[in-house]
Amino acid sequence: MNTDAVTRTRTAASDDQELMTRYSFAERANHWFGALTYTYLLVTGLAFWSPYLYWMAAIVGGGPTARFWHPWFGLLFSASLFWTFKEWRRDMQVDASDRAWAKAIPFYIKNEDEKVPPVGRFNYGQKLFFWGMLYSVILLILSGVALWYTEALPWNLRYFRYAAVLVHASVALITIGLFLIHVYMSTLMEEGSFASMIHGTVTRAWAWTFHRTWYYEATGRSQPKQ
Amino acid sequence: MSQASTEIVRISGHAGTVPGAGVNREFQVCKLVDTTTCIGCKACEVACLEWNGNTFSETTFDNSYQTMPETAWNYWNLIKFNEHEREDGSMMLLMRKDQCMHCEDPGCLAACPADAAIVQYANGIVDFQEANCIGCGYCITGCPFNIPKFSPTARKVFKCTLCNDRVSVGLEPACIKACPTGCLHFGTKSEMKELAETRADQLREHSGFPDAGVYDPPGVGGTHVIYVLHDAKNPELYGGLPKDPHIPYSVWLWKKPLKWLGNLAIVGGLAGLAWHYMRYGPKKPEPIPPEEDRRA
Repeated sequence: MNTDAVTRTRTAASDDQELMTRYSFAERANHWFGALTYTYLLVTGLAFWSPYLYWMAAIVGGGPTARFWHPWFGLLFSASLFWTFKEWRRDMQVDASDRAWAKAIPFYIKNEDEKVPPVGRFNYGQKLFFWGMLYSVILLILSGVALWYTEALPWNLRYFRYAAVLVHASVALITIGLFLIHVYMSTLMEEGSFASMIHGTVTRAWAWTFHRTWYYEATGRSQPKQ
Repeated sequence: MSQASTEIVRISGHAGTVPGAGVNREFQVCKLVDTTTCIGCKACEVACLEWNGNTFSETTFDNSYQTMPETAWNYWNLIKFNEHEREDGSMMLLMRKDQCMHCEDPGCLAACPADAAIVQYANGIVDFQEANCIGCGYCITGCPFNIPKFSPTARKVFKCTLCNDRVSVGLEPACIKACPTGCLHFGTKSEMKELAETRADQLREHSGFPDAGVYDPPGVGGTHVIYVLHDAKNPELYGGLPKDPHIPYSVWLWKKPLKWLGNLAIVGGLAGLAWHYMRYGPKKPEPIPPEEDRRA
């Protein structure tokens, strides 16, 4: 426990607000490309999902237009995600520290972050989001192709169509769940996260608070012995 | 429907009873295809093309009378020819006029996401409204009879209308009008059902077809196109007529339980996030304690 409050505040003020690079320009551009294409897929997909949401097709040019572009935007979104996989697959590797973090999820949810173990560049929740999206997108492409060219499937292969409508809708629902949590965490929940995806930088305080292991790695500062 | 205007309830300045009052007219129409008297002449195919403004499609030769494998987006009525060897070794040429069955419980309509792209009328006709069709092809998945066909040029789906335009002004469908043997009939559902059962009886009792029967599958709530078959126990013999057609289970799962579970999950999830924000609030970056942060 620090007893010298005055000193602490002074050092903190000079150092804590210093900026660190968290996302490169390419990472940010790719993120927003993915976000934009996913939003298009969400709007058009929900329009096809429920008659009560069919009006959503009108805001992107109407039903036939939405039907025409939805698969293409699916490919664009997949491309964005596959690039992310190429860039981040090492950072997203699940390891022993993640298992400890997973056990502390109730504390993380209740904002008792002092009981949550320190994390690297991405925490276990972010890794789950990433792998969840990646595997979902693979399933969505496979089922999506059967829906894109439904008429090309001969009658004796109709069971592919039957599977595709169920898989596509179920997996899309999973991505909606992941998407909602991702947007909530990064805009409302964690102050500074949204800005970091725009400017590419975070404050030292942000890094130390939310990604302590990464903070020490990136700054090269020595981590105190526990 | 236009018929409703002909049902008179009251007449002004009229002495005595109102003629026709209280008469209950049956709305449900039906096409009866008696496969046992079909000669495979394809007059119905020609009439269908002509009335609906479709042109002849190129034919494919497969060593039989079959001119093309299945109906197409611009070819809604096709006779399926099937050679069948009976138990006594004799051959039969089974001919079945294939078209939309106009199900009472249409799988195409259940699967369709586009507002008013598929309409079921009180008379039983299931009609595609191409102006509202978005070309997604879900109807193709929903149909147990392989009927809706996608046009790559129009990017819309087409099928037999049961000549809705003719029926609504009191005419029979074009195929019925063209049939030279009288194997095609058109009338109310109950009349056609009765006629079909009478014919099936005749086949069973006098013509040596003990398994003759009427095809009006209950799995789709009955259809507004019914068949008389020599062998109603094996409808598959007639060019893949399904024995027990029904809306695919996956389409049902997708459109009923999954839809409501999904909607509940999305709304519940949003409410949950709002609750979490109000209960716990945002996580804020904390100042780094100096003794925690030593320069290397």
